[in-house]
Amino acid sequence: MKILVCISSVPDTTAKINFSADGKEFDKSGVQFVINPHDEFCLTRAVQLQETQGATVTVVTVGDASVEPVMRKALAIGANDAIRINGDARDGLSVATQLANVAKDGGYDLIFTGRESIDYNGGEVPGYIAGLLDYAFVNGCTNLKVEGNSVEAVRDIDGGHETISADFPVVIAGQNGLVPENELKIPNMRGIMSARTKPLQVVEADETVSKMKVVGYKKPAERGNVTLIDPNNVGELIRLLHEEAKVI
Amino acid sequence: MAILVYAESHEGHYKKAAFEAISYAKSIADKIGDTVTAVAFNATESSDSLYKYGANKVVKVNNDALKNFSPNAYANVLAELKEGDTIVLPATMDASSFAPMLALKTDATLVTNLTSSPSNVSPFTAERKAFSGKGIETIEITEGAKVLTVLQNAFGAKENSVSGTEEVKEVSVSDSKLNVLKVEQSSSDTIDLKEADIVVSAGRGLKGPENWGMVEELASLLGAATACSKPVSDIGWRPHEEHVGQTGKAISPKLYIAIGISGAIQHLAGVNSSDTIVVINSDAEAPFFKSADYGIVGDAFDVVPKLIEEVKKFKGA
Repeated sequence: MKILVCISSVPDTTAKINFSADGKEFDKSGVQFVINPHDEFCLTRAVQLQETQGATVTVVTVGDASVEPVMRKALAIGANDAIRINGDARDGLSVATQLANVAKDGGYDLIFTGRESIDYNGGEVPGYIAGLLDYAFVNGCTNLKVEGNSVEAVRDIDGGHETISADFPVVIAGQNGLVPENELKIPNMRGIMSARTKPLQVVEADETVSKMKVVGYKKPAERGNVTLIDPNNVGELIRLLHEEAKVI
Repeated sequence: MAILVYAESHEGHYKKAAFEAISYAKSIADKIGDTVTAVAFNATESSDSLYKYGANKVVKVNNDALKNFSPNAYANVLAELKEGDTIVLPATMDASSFAPMLALKTDATLVTNLTSSPSNVSPFTAERKAFSGKGIETIEITEGAKVLTVLQNAFGAKENSVSGTEEVKEVSVSDSKLNVLKVEQSSSDTIDLKEADIVVSAGRGLKGPENWGMVEELASLLGAATACSKPVSDIGWRPHEEHVGQTGKAISPKLYIAIGISGAIQHLAGVNSSDTIVVINSDAEAPFFKSADYGIVGDAFDVVPKLIEEVKKFKGA
């Protein structure tokens, strides 16, 4: 079984998000980058399948050399090798096109990627990869079993969840919950040492054309000051919600 | 050529997200003098509820092969029914899943999680959610066809009644690639978190899963959905479907009530687009108070029962 795990490097979940003075781009200064949390669940599940069912796990990222520390971390967690597609992670379609090329050339059976990246939140890449390759697609996956050449997966739906099966090759968009939080793999010293010598191949990105452009960014409007209500007079809260905020 | 909208339904009934997507499409149609065509799969509800939000035509597709969701099959059918150069989808789990495939099949540019009507229609210029609610991105599509997904509870459902017509169409459904083995929905009287107008949410301040009774009672009195913070779903006090925040669900209800949640930046990211936020916390220094409209500094076990009594009085009045 060959598994490809597509990861992206995103601002740490605790990062404060700021934009450049002209509002044209995200200001990366002082921001720590981590593996996208949803991708991290996928990576752990892939490494579990490597340990229990003899899969090989390749991680792949689109980005410049600055994403390599995050890729080394994925290798330290247990991936066998890594591929960096040297290019700009510009939009969902261009990223997915690069990833789909690698997925197709490598003949992977299972392609994992997080449901969305927590930076641009497009949620486009997994569906694009499946669409470009005409593979089965499981979005919002929270449980995955592999048996022979097929998977049985649980995925989130609005208001519940469903269990589905599909044959290889399949694209799995995993998310928080794909493995229990306390089973998430973190690199140990041996992993970190071995990651230094694991193969990290760099391939050049293909040119893609985008018809969408980013005009700019802004922060959401700040809230005014909080109105505090005496805990012994909670009826006042009901009055304010009804008469002032008009939400009940 | 009409703007096509996917009017998502559940067990035959249209979702609020369907009305929101139609309202969004109508707002574009009005600017360019176009009409709106809504497509419904296996809906039993009257098309009147779609005309009410501005659908000039409702295309009904009734096919058992569409009863189970398959992103590949759904994208194929909608691509076949395409009319003009714009398709509008709700940003539900299902529609978000097939949106990229539909964009590929119709050679369109995809923009997801739009929050407001376009400020300009040519070039198409609009705002979308980014950085998990910590930022708003303005994008522009220079040319060509587009597939747009509309964030739930953001643009809103706006009544704009038109007299519409209905048409039933036969389609061939193929290429499912998935076998659905089992569908488990939360009980029918619970409200879908992403569609809820009011959400009552609780965190570790509640000390244990056995104390959620009062949260559920308050939610039920208010007609609200229940939610929780990440630590609470991580330790298994509540199902992970209830987790709201940066890595859980992002929601934008009219009213969000947070009980015993300190307000870490990751939690705020998922809820800060709520219209009104109420925070109940025993710690006056909890960061959430800085991002709240109304706050009560007090013990949840004292405040929430009192609140329940007050809501009962209010509802009875």
